[in-house]
Amino acid sequence: MNTNELLLKSIEYRKTILEIIHHGGAGHTAGSLSCVDILNVLYNKIMDITPENFDSVNRDHYIQSKGHSVEVLYTVLADQGFYPQDDLFKGLNQNHSKFIGHPTRKVPGIEHNTGALGHGLSVSVGLALAGKLNGHTYRVFTLLGDGELAEGSSWEASMSAAHYKLDNLIVIIDRNTLQITGRTEEVNGLEPLADKFTAFGYAVRQVDGNNVEALSNLLSQVPFEQGKPSLVLANTVKGKGVSYMEDQMVWHHKVPSDEQLVIALKELDTAKLELGDV
Amino acid sequence: MTIEPTMGKPNQQVFSDTLLEIAKQNENILVVTSDSRGSGKLVAFGQELPQQIVEVGIAEQNLIGISAGLSAGGKKVFAVSPACFVTIRSLEQVKNDVAYSDRDVCVVGISAGVSYGLLGSTHHAIHDYAALRCINNIDIIAPADNFETEQAVRALVHHPRPAYIRLGKRPMPNLHDPESTLFEIGKAIELRQGTDVTIIAIGEPTAHAVEAADILSRQGISCRVISMHTLRPFDKAALMDAARNSRAIITVEEHSVCGGLGELCASALLQEGIRIPFKIVGFPDEYTINGDQPTLFKHYGISGEGLVATACELLETCKSQM
Repeated sequence: MNTNELLLKSIEYRKTILEIIHHGGAGHTAGSLSCVDILNVLYNKIMDITPENFDSVNRDHYIQSKGHSVEVLYTVLADQGFYPQDDLFKGLNQNHSKFIGHPTRKVPGIEHNTGALGHGLSVSVGLALAGKLNGHTYRVFTLLGDGELAEGSSWEASMSAAHYKLDNLIVIIDRNTLQITGRTEEVNGLEPLADKFTAFGYAVRQVDGNNVEALSNLLSQVPFEQGKPSLVLANTVKGKGVSYMEDQMVWHHKVPSDEQLVIALKELDTAKLELGDV
Repeated sequence: MTIEPTMGKPNQQVFSDTLLEIAKQNENILVVTSDSRGSGKLVAFGQELPQQIVEVGIAEQNLIGISAGLSAGGKKVFAVSPACFVTIRSLEQVKNDVAYSDRDVCVVGISAGVSYGLLGSTHHAIHDYAALRCINNIDIIAPADNFETEQAVRALVHHPRPAYIRLGKRPMPNLHDPESTLFEIGKAIELRQGTDVTIIAIGEPTAHAVEAADILSRQGISCRVISMHTLRPFDKAALMDAARNSRAIITVEEHSVCGGLGELCASALLQEGIRIPFKIVGFPDEYTINGDQPTLFKHYGISGEGLVATACELLETCKSQM
């Protein structure tokens, strides 16, 4: 997929996320929008995960530690062919549906049940370590929110990642700088974050996490260093792609009204037209 | 067949010996430790099979998370850590990453119960049954003696489900005749037959239940002893058979009286509409006195003598109700 195709894909994903959240009446809107471009590049450009190879151990793996942004994951997995997109409109946030408000293995394409923060990195470390022990060539990608880094378990896992020299592990931080209560730096300061990850033994790179071309270029280079886990500090904007949601704390899990949805979709369609898509 | 107890090894030693023997033939078995290989009697395992042991340091949450990931990568994982920490410090990882995510991880709680008696309540694991019983999709096993431990380990290797096994650190009397006893996860074993009273025991107090039954027998009281080594899946049929064929039931466990074997049995009996003189023996809802395991057992009536007294009191109740 070339850059223009990736850009168009991100817009389509954003539209679907907004539509399914609006339709289902609940969802983590802004956090899903901040990491759309990361999942887009991972699933369409970087990772070897398909419905056909999903039952095999020796393929790439993706664990979304920031499980609350499940709408983006459900959207991307539908696009990858794990299930029809229509299932999301019928199922998201519906009673008796398998499309729970956090990732669950009941949904095809999902590796691990997440939602309680600070869990995904340890599981990813174990999965990467199993790959090393078994002589497999797969890579493990995991996406963490920045707010969840206050969970100490993330740092326990980071120590193990470096200790076992897991260069088949790629940790991506969705650094949108906002959490439900406010700015991360006001809630429980994380900075200097890159320095902390470097000190914990990662090969750290920073990137504009809403720039699909920059993400593609960077993620094509993993591992950044042999014998070290890779860490991508992806600087993103929460609510990215919808003007009135961008960098606004209130949209953490707010659902757009009918009118707000129309405005958002119009903005995204305009962006699509500007890319030359008709 | 009734056997006279002879002294065996600590159950956690039997666990590590058995697992080492099996793991030599099965390189997919992995032990994960949290600076706990010494207390887990796993030093020899680490020396003989260094590629099959993973150390994560003193980090129990990470221990369970990594174990779940190793399982996702195809490994058969035994996560070994003191029971007091691994069932509470990492309870959310056990719930979400093992049980809810349905990973083939066996959580091994060592130095369980009040094995660390004199180290105090921080190191007592008398909450683990309660904590894990209300988490769905994890089997719970607490062997009484070396035979049950060895058989449980052999069964768990071929048991691709979330599980918890609880092991103590003191040498245990051998209670079973290995030649004539069948061990199955979820299937209780009758150690003594009897019709006056039944003692349903789990884990290390089982030896005391046998001792009590033998004392009662000499007093002309017929006491059945059931080794309920598995709390989940629970052998309800064994409980119901005891309720139908004895006049009173005592449960005994190295656990708080809250949320363990006793309350499980009481609940099952009530829901079947069975009313029977019944007593839960365990640690009361308080922080224990200071003492080693034998002292604490004796103080709280988890002893042959204590169980005899409890049985006699219960049977008196039966008489007064007649």
